[in-house]
Amino acid sequence: MMMKTTTMLLAGLLAGCAMPAANDAKMDARFDAMLKTSFEAKGIATLDRLQQDETQKLCSDPVQAVSKEAAPMRAKLEKKNLETVKWPSNGKYLGDWKEGEKIAQSGRGMTWSDKADAANGGNCYNCHMIDKAEISFGTIGPSLWNYGKLRGVTDPTSAAAQPVVQYTWGKIWNAKAYNACSNMPRAGHMGILNESQIQDVMALLLDPKSPVNQ
Amino acid sequence: MKLFLVALCAGVLATNAVAQPSTADAIAKYREMIAEGNPAELYEAKGESIWKKADGPKNASLEKCDLGLGAGVVKGAYAQMPRYFADTDRVQDVESRLMTCMETLQGFNAAEIAKTPFRRGKKGDLEAVATYIAGLSKGMPVNVVPKHPKEKEIMELGRRAFFMQGGPYDFSCATCHGAEDQRIRLQDLPNITTAEGASKGWTTWPAYRVGNGQMWPMQHRLNDCYRQQRWPEPIYGSEVTVALSYFMANLSNGATMATPGIKR
Repeated sequence: MMMKTTTMLLAGLLAGCAMPAANDAKMDARFDAMLKTSFEAKGIATLDRLQQDETQKLCSDPVQAVSKEAAPMRAKLEKKNLETVKWPSNGKYLGDWKEGEKIAQSGRGMTWSDKADAANGGNCYNCHMIDKAEISFGTIGPSLWNYGKLRGVTDPTSAAAQPVVQYTWGKIWNAKAYNACSNMPRAGHMGILNESQIQDVMALLLDPKSPVNQ
Repeated sequence: MKLFLVALCAGVLATNAVAQPSTADAIAKYREMIAEGNPAELYEAKGESIWKKADGPKNASLEKCDLGLGAGVVKGAYAQMPRYFADTDRVQDVESRLMTCMETLQGFNAAEIAKTPFRRGKKGDLEAVATYIAGLSKGMPVNVVPKHPKEKEIMELGRRAFFMQGGPYDFSCATCHGAEDQRIRLQDLPNITTAEGASKGWTTWPAYRVGNGQMWPMQHRLNDCYRQQRWPEPIYGSEVTVALSYFMANLSNGATMATPGIKR
């Protein structure tokens, strides 16, 4: 499930050609001033969305993000992100794969043209192949076809399956827990999907009866 | 037909190992067919008449507007924008420059134009004029290289803006446009961090969008990118929009303008 680091590598090559030093404080201030005058709140998309957390800050510098020196920082951020993961309150990791498929299909939610009370989608097919029956899928993320089957999950409640099941939950809840600059959104941590929606998406990936595992 | 249109990507048909070649071929053929009669031509004609027509409180046309090559010179101007303008002391793209001209020459209020919804009123007029101006750079090489200190500065601001992550999805422009051969659903995504990818985007907007029958200049395109990034709304003509345009234009330097474009 590791996202491609080639994105960052290419970006790094490009940034290497850019002119001023990346950590130029004057330019930092200039950039912040530009942001302040360039955006306005619209609908549910308020200006506080431009306030970056530490993870977003590191990953916004394509050179720094993949540098050797930043390795401890990446590890620290991954640990911090892992600590945000809320494990299922009822101990149940898997919900209904049919609902999960609907959530995976939906790309709705959190834009300024979405309503605050509308259910968010998972945007999963935008970036991943999941059920092969859906031919309109993106390629920014890896294929998830046969996700559970390939990992030998025959009974998701078994002790043997727990490492995969828990990793998958953690990855969906907060993708940055395992790769600080993954391109994947932090569905649980950022409030994109709620617990029961994540249970349903989990079932789509891990339920032996899900079409994904046929 | 619907799937067909969905598959038709934004001016980009990068060879993709995963894309179904038959679909891609059909789309290429379709684009070739519609390019013969790009409805953008209607907007170019409309833009030309608006450019030449006396209008506004000052009852003046835009014909004295300086797009960087001298007052009234339209041919080739778009290929050399965004650029620094001494009278406003800032770098401007064609749309922010037109707001300046509509205010200074015609007496319209630029802030009001910026607030007007896309395709309506004076903003709709401005967008048609931008399409006309872009059309008169078709076939010309992009020539956007920072010389003035403010051009150098905005290039760096644009680069930073491109890579800045924010919002509830942690998205930056680079999330979708930072690597080769990637798609959202069936839509191919140009890698804007390369000269080839940047020019696929930069040289084909303004574009007529077949799917919704709308003419979109670059400001509208960037606005929709930020909507999908789950960010707040970029103000029309704001510095970040000009900075991103500058970044793309500079990376496209030397590529041939293919404006106006036609998209899915």
